[in-house]
Amino acid sequence: MEISNEVLKDLHVRMLRIRLFEEAAGKLFENSEMPGFIHLYVGQEAVAAGVCATLREDDQIGSTHRGHGHLVAKGGDLSKMMAELMGKATGYCNGKGGSMHICDLELNMLGANGIVGAGAPIAVGAAFANKYRGNDTVAVVFFGDGATNIGAFHEAANMAAALKLPAVFVCENNEYGEYTPRHKTMAIDDVVDRAAGYGMPGVMVDGMDAVAVYEASAQAVQRARAGHGPSFIEAKTYRYYNHHGVQIMGFKYRTDEELEQWKQRDAIDALEARMQAGGVSSRSELDAVRAEIQASVDEAVAFGKDSPYPELDTMLTDVYTLGGAR
Amino acid sequence: MTDSTEPRELTYLGAVNEALHQIMAEDPDVFCAGEDVGANGGVFGSFGGLQAKYGELRSVDTPISEQAIIGLGIGAAVSGLRPVVDLMFMDFILVAMDQIANQAAKLKYMFGGKTSLPLTITTNGGAGLSAAAQHSQSLEAMLCHVPGLTVVMPSTPHDAKGLLVSSIREDNPVIYVKHKRLFGDKGPCAEELFSIPLGVAKITRPGNDVTIVTYGRMVGESMKAAKILESEGIDAEVIDLRTLQPMDVDTVIASVKKTNHCVVVHEAVRFAGLGAEISSQIQEAAFDYLDAPVGRIGAPFSPVPFSPALEAHYVPDKKRIAEGVRAAVERTSLPA
Repeated sequence: MEISNEVLKDLHVRMLRIRLFEEAAGKLFENSEMPGFIHLYVGQEAVAAGVCATLREDDQIGSTHRGHGHLVAKGGDLSKMMAELMGKATGYCNGKGGSMHICDLELNMLGANGIVGAGAPIAVGAAFANKYRGNDTVAVVFFGDGATNIGAFHEAANMAAALKLPAVFVCENNEYGEYTPRHKTMAIDDVVDRAAGYGMPGVMVDGMDAVAVYEASAQAVQRARAGHGPSFIEAKTYRYYNHHGVQIMGFKYRTDEELEQWKQRDAIDALEARMQAGGVSSRSELDAVRAEIQASVDEAVAFGKDSPYPELDTMLTDVYTLGGAR
Repeated sequence: MTDSTEPRELTYLGAVNEALHQIMAEDPDVFCAGEDVGANGGVFGSFGGLQAKYGELRSVDTPISEQAIIGLGIGAAVSGLRPVVDLMFMDFILVAMDQIANQAAKLKYMFGGKTSLPLTITTNGGAGLSAAAQHSQSLEAMLCHVPGLTVVMPSTPHDAKGLLVSSIREDNPVIYVKHKRLFGDKGPCAEELFSIPLGVAKITRPGNDVTIVTYGRMVGESMKAAKILESEGIDAEVIDLRTLQPMDVDTVIASVKKTNHCVVVHEAVRFAGLGAEISSQIQEAAFDYLDAPVGRIGAPFSPVPFSPALEAHYVPDKKRIAEGVRAAVERTSLPA
């Protein structure tokens, strides 16, 4: 596949937006300026960026508890995101969802999800709606390696294949289910082996290579658009921070060497090197892009901090859609 | 919305089927999905003829995957369709409880109101077929406890049709529970498409001495009990809640203020059943009107037994209801 300079620049921007947003969110969390739980996407940027760069705005994505990266990659508004993470009224969900339920239905990002595997059946439902309407819209299901051990995921994958729905299953294999190494929770080396069991084509890609993810996703999305049913992509990747939060709490579940080895293969560094070597962008141009994104992240943080908390009388709004029985 | 009263008779299941046929003709966004729902027309026939008429995309046979069936409905509803997804037995909601209670019920709220969820989950509840402990339960109380859900349990063919139409038109997730022992019951039901508003109870029998609050299959048993009591000079008012969440508490309170006595009857186990909620609401709103404690009649605290001998004893009947009502009414004649 011919990768244009525009695509490389697009992937770079998407990844950097995620990285800088997440680093800022992590700092706020560490400083107790952000409540709740936070599951950072740092390290895995190539997956969300590579996949979302192959999607149209009307394509849906189902997400996970580690969902900020998916929304940023789909084009999410950083200010509304930051405000939501801080529980502010101006956030995407008016402060009612937070990190684990952040969504933008206008961008067809169907929500992060606090329950592992639970986003898969919902995204499959969106894929069904596409088939029902006879359009060529595609639903992408993001999930981790751990989710493939959950019943809901299995049900969703099987149903999507049985009904031949326009879906793409993207496994972000970051080698850990919370704090337990993957090899302790499944007896296979490659999660993609499971695709065959659903009758889906499966492909394994380097999840630290945004271009590789982009190429694999483009193919799977095209297949779904053409009405040939779902595909499975396993992207081997790594999370730099912990399952939850930034600093390691409790026992040390991985070595510094392991983390360092993955960081040597950092997806953003790798793409920047490729862009410079290929004459796509100079170092100073890349730095300018970074500065511009950092400014928008800083703006998002300020917006979040300056925003008000929700009024208490919003507690009972939006439990139900009013009209009819309510 | 109109409450039609044509004299034509239809079975309870026939009324459900007719509602589905008519609303699918009316609204191209409505589709049905579930295990055996398509070609087979549903395990009890409520989806009969839909696939022949509307094709496989609007009458979908799914794998036996309760979580994915509900998820299919949620994702389609968020995408603007109006799904009717079926769980063959009410017991199976427990298999899909994450999708029902953590997802469907909460999405709108967690998303800050950015979506509606016009999802109807149909299922079949209740004992009486010797289907044993995993195919006979009445689990409505746990559903009513979850903010975001709407729970409907019709007792007659007329209500079954009108409430299903409203459930499907409702922009919130509705769990519509048919009772398996009512399937063959015949009753008047209008031919045209009509709806009955959700959240509105029906006074099935007006009376002055005691209020019986009930729903589902226990409406019929309570009506029989009221007849027995009538011969003893006790004039019972029977209220069919029809919708359990939201609950028409106003109708219950108004009745209790008139009769000064109340017994709540349900097939679900008595402990932490809806009777507890209803009796509490009554004492909060009408304590000074009560001449006796609110009685509660429900199943004993055990799984539903298999043997017909045990099961018949497990499910409340007219005799037990009449006994409970007598006890509540006679309390007034006890010495102070």
